[in-house]
Amino acid sequence: MTASEQWIAFLTILRKEIKRFTRIWIQTLLPPAITMILYFVIFGKLIGGRIGDMGGFSYIEFVAPGLIMMAVITNAYANVSSSFFSAKFQRSIEELLVSPTPNYIILLGYVMGGVARGVAVGLIVTAMSLFFTSLHIHHWFTTLFIVFMTSVLFSLAGFINAIYANTFDDVSIIPTFVLTPLTYFGGVFYSINLLPEFWQQVSVLNPILHMVNAFRYGMLGISDLHIGMALVGLTILVVILFVIALHLLKTGKRLRA
Amino acid sequence: MTPADSIPALSIKNLRKTYNEKFEALKGISLDVMPGDFFAMLGPNGAGKSTSIGIISSLVRKTSGAVEVFGKNIDTDFSAAKKHLGVVPQEFNFSMFEKVEDIVLQQAGYYGLPRKQAVAQTEKYLKQLSLWDKRQTPARMLSGGMKRRLMIARALVHEPQLLILDEPTAGVDIELRRSMWDFLREINAAGTTIILTTHYLEEAESLCRNIAIIDSGTIVQNTSIKSLLQQLNKEVFIFDVKGNLQYLPVLDGHHVAEIDEHSFEVEVEKGQSLNGVFAQLTAQQIEIVSMRNKANRLEEMFVAMVNANKKEVQS
Repeated sequence: MTASEQWIAFLTILRKEIKRFTRIWIQTLLPPAITMILYFVIFGKLIGGRIGDMGGFSYIEFVAPGLIMMAVITNAYANVSSSFFSAKFQRSIEELLVSPTPNYIILLGYVMGGVARGVAVGLIVTAMSLFFTSLHIHHWFTTLFIVFMTSVLFSLAGFINAIYANTFDDVSIIPTFVLTPLTYFGGVFYSINLLPEFWQQVSVLNPILHMVNAFRYGMLGISDLHIGMALVGLTILVVILFVIALHLLKTGKRLRA
Repeated sequence: MTPADSIPALSIKNLRKTYNEKFEALKGISLDVMPGDFFAMLGPNGAGKSTSIGIISSLVRKTSGAVEVFGKNIDTDFSAAKKHLGVVPQEFNFSMFEKVEDIVLQQAGYYGLPRKQAVAQTEKYLKQLSLWDKRQTPARMLSGGMKRRLMIARALVHEPQLLILDEPTAGVDIELRRSMWDFLREINAAGTTIILTTHYLEEAESLCRNIAIIDSGTIVQNTSIKSLLQQLNKEVFIFDVKGNLQYLPVLDGHHVAEIDEHSFEVEVEKGQSLNGVFAQLTAQQIEIVSMRNKANRLEEMFVAMVNANKKEVQS
């Protein structure tokens, strides 16, 4: 396949993925908007007013970047895991497997589909937050880099989950038992400086904490951790998951008999 | 014959597939299908037909052996090999939620067809397969026959030189089956090499020029339909008489058996003529109003070959 043919194949997958999540917008784009409004009302307005400042910002300002990241993470993951597993389940993935599309294009197409949904939901949530607080960007590069790479990372994770999954239950296990706890303990709602020393050390092992913290730095300019470590660590994780996902595609694990 | 014509459309060499290191689905089959051919792969369920197609289309990993499509190796030159190939699987394998047009357009995109060309070829094949009116319909809303035609349109949208169909007319009504046959004959006449697996031996006899019979992972027979039929030693004909059959005729050199009060059957061995049968019937004042084969000739041969192979495997 020539480079231009590969580009066409990539755009085809990406277009299909965007069409899919916009077609079912009631399941994909609306729920995070409603959930985030509830978060902003309850944590931002009702409870946040009593909490006071955190890191020099009002609680609603502090929590907004974390909520945006939470939406980006869960939606990027959910998009790829459900779309790829559903293609596997209906066997429509065979349309791609019999075609000359190289494995890395298949992977990039699905991952960029996940990024598209993660970023779209991130923008929706950001727009919702503007009804409750004013936002500004302290460091554009960090903000955009973290959003993009985080959605890439969790799209890749969703892809690997979908490859291994045999049932729809298998697709929901990781988000329920791994992703949600890590996100909630990932500094979305609090600064880790509030934790005892031991739990601060434990929290540092949570990669989502670094992503949320770096994103908050990009928006507010405050940080509990080293930002450079988050950027480098995130890049390394993306490379590792990309290699694993590509290897699984190449070997045909649970895709080819 | 040009040099390109001498390269097989499909060349399979010593292909083996063992599932889970236990079940040997293919035991080293070799096969060449020449360009322009209309080729049938016959075999009972579990013979290895779908496994072979799965390997050719890269949905099944082979254990060993080599496959080339128009001289392009599916392992070392997979992109070129796949461009020559279109596959219509046995079971529906498209997203039930997507629209007919989107399914075909996407497939064109996966083969790298520019958008304008993809749109034109999607329209061409949806029209040829009478699905153009349904282009905005989600696939799940189509009838079974329409779904089959959708898979054919999808497999043809990048205009492959080799089209493989795995039981394309299974479960479709007679009218649709006949119209599919006409369509396949047309694209074969236009130059597309076609390989099909089928359970309908009448289909193979009607459409195909060459045939491979597969059983228990081996090729039992690989020849032309014509020479296969010439191997028939015996055929059974059913004769319907005018009025009631008063008595069972005695035909010299033939076994005769009564079926009911209006018909009887006669065995005709290779070398015997039907003229002789009619001469004897006329002499016995039996008037025949119609006659037909008792069973599909290929079917008899197919069953005989498969049974012979089973005995060989068991011994």
